[in-house]
Amino acid sequence: MNKLAVENIHKRYGATEVLKGVSLAARPGDVISILGSSGSGKSTFLRCINLLEQPNQGAIWLDDQEIKLRPGKLGMLRAENRKALQQLRTKVAMVFQSFNLWSHLNVLQNIIEAPVHVKKVPKPEAITKARSNLAKVGLSTDVEKKYPAQLSGGQQQRVAIARALTMDPEVMLFDEPTSALDPELVGEVLKVIQALATEGRTMIIVTHEINFARHVSNRVVFLSEGKIEEEGPPDQVLERPKSERLVQFLSGTRWHRDT
Amino acid sequence: MIDLIKQYWQPFLWGSPDHISGLAMTLWLTVVSCVMGFALALPLSVGRAAGPLWMRWPIWLFTFVFRGTPLYIQLLIVYSAIYGLDFVRNTPGLGAFFKDALNCTILAFTVNTCAYTTELLTGAVKATPRGEVEAARSLGLAGSNLYLRIILPSALRRALPAYSNEVILMLHATSLAFTATVPDILKVARDAYADYYLPFPAFGIAAILYACLSLTFISLFRKAEQKWLRHLPTT
Repeated sequence: MNKLAVENIHKRYGATEVLKGVSLAARPGDVISILGSSGSGKSTFLRCINLLEQPNQGAIWLDDQEIKLRPGKLGMLRAENRKALQQLRTKVAMVFQSFNLWSHLNVLQNIIEAPVHVKKVPKPEAITKARSNLAKVGLSTDVEKKYPAQLSGGQQQRVAIARALTMDPEVMLFDEPTSALDPELVGEVLKVIQALATEGRTMIIVTHEINFARHVSNRVVFLSEGKIEEEGPPDQVLERPKSERLVQFLSGTRWHRDT
Repeated sequence: MIDLIKQYWQPFLWGSPDHISGLAMTLWLTVVSCVMGFALALPLSVGRAAGPLWMRWPIWLFTFVFRGTPLYIQLLIVYSAIYGLDFVRNTPGLGAFFKDALNCTILAFTVNTCAYTTELLTGAVKATPRGEVEAARSLGLAGSNLYLRIILPSALRRALPAYSNEVILMLHATSLAFTATVPDILKVARDAYADYYLPFPAFGIAAILYACLSLTFISLFRKAEQKWLRHLPTT
């Protein structure tokens, strides 16, 4: 049984085909890292999974149930109806590169907004859950009343993770969660994601942190020019890469096996 | 001058219960047209920013017409021209409405401020950070939920400083009401001037009253900004 499966995703922008048929299946508890140089389509692929981007072709299954898609304007696939879309999005939460917290809401309001108004969780229950998730991402209760602009990047990203967690998602998508952070703040965010991975959550992570990918994930996918070039367990893919492109990518990236 | 003040202080401020005038009338004109104009502008701005094409361009045309022509002409058309039409005069409800100077004035002011406010709010809606909208979508917020919970609260906050400006401009624009015989501050000032031929006291008092109203609005909006723009980084 798969928790999440996507099959044969194609995405075109005008004449350029960014994704040329990418498939991926995640079993419950899988932590899959997607690597690739910029322009390889890895973020686009991730965004197709929760339909923030509408693929031109492809299929998505959640818990072995297909999300009904239909071609919309310009032939791109969209959810057949709002209910199907809502179902997908409440079960698949996303953490963004640039945090994307709602700047006019304080931390607690940011976290409970969607649980209360989308999932209709009673407010007191949502607040309790929000507080326990804030603790989980290592933030004390004094940040509750602060606004995003008053927090550091690392704190904002951890709030964004708590916001996603409070939806009780079945799958979490991370889109380069540390790329916008100052180097000294990267560690605190990676630590949180690592802790979530060990909880047995199903996660798909687009990242440039190769070392992190090796430690946290049980599968690594290398995307190149809109196609999966190589995939497998991290040790195999990262230590004994087969394809030339991956060898090149790894040698061009700063990462050290021993750290 | 003392006589002028003695005779006109009450008309300058509020008139009498059955004949509201002066400051009270100006305040009424400003508040009513701004409140109604804003209420109409809210849905129009969403339609203009995010509606389908057939909705967007009529709204654009509306804002263009009413921002592209002087308010004075709009007032003349509403007050003088429309009532001149036979079918308006002969339709009972319409005729009664357009016969009344205050109705016409408020209608013209409302439509005018609505056009400016629509444009202003459209800009604010469009300026909602893309990432914040995406985050909302990714968590299942969609349709009216997305607008009422995230986009509008964010946009209205962003629009607040510019909107306070619009209200002050509208307050001053209400001084055109005297041309339609509505007894606002300026109408009383002109009456007082005609009575005493003392331009400085008559118009000076009017100016001071407008300044006091402006100051009141400015401080109210400052309070509102302190409440609703708390989230902005303090520098």
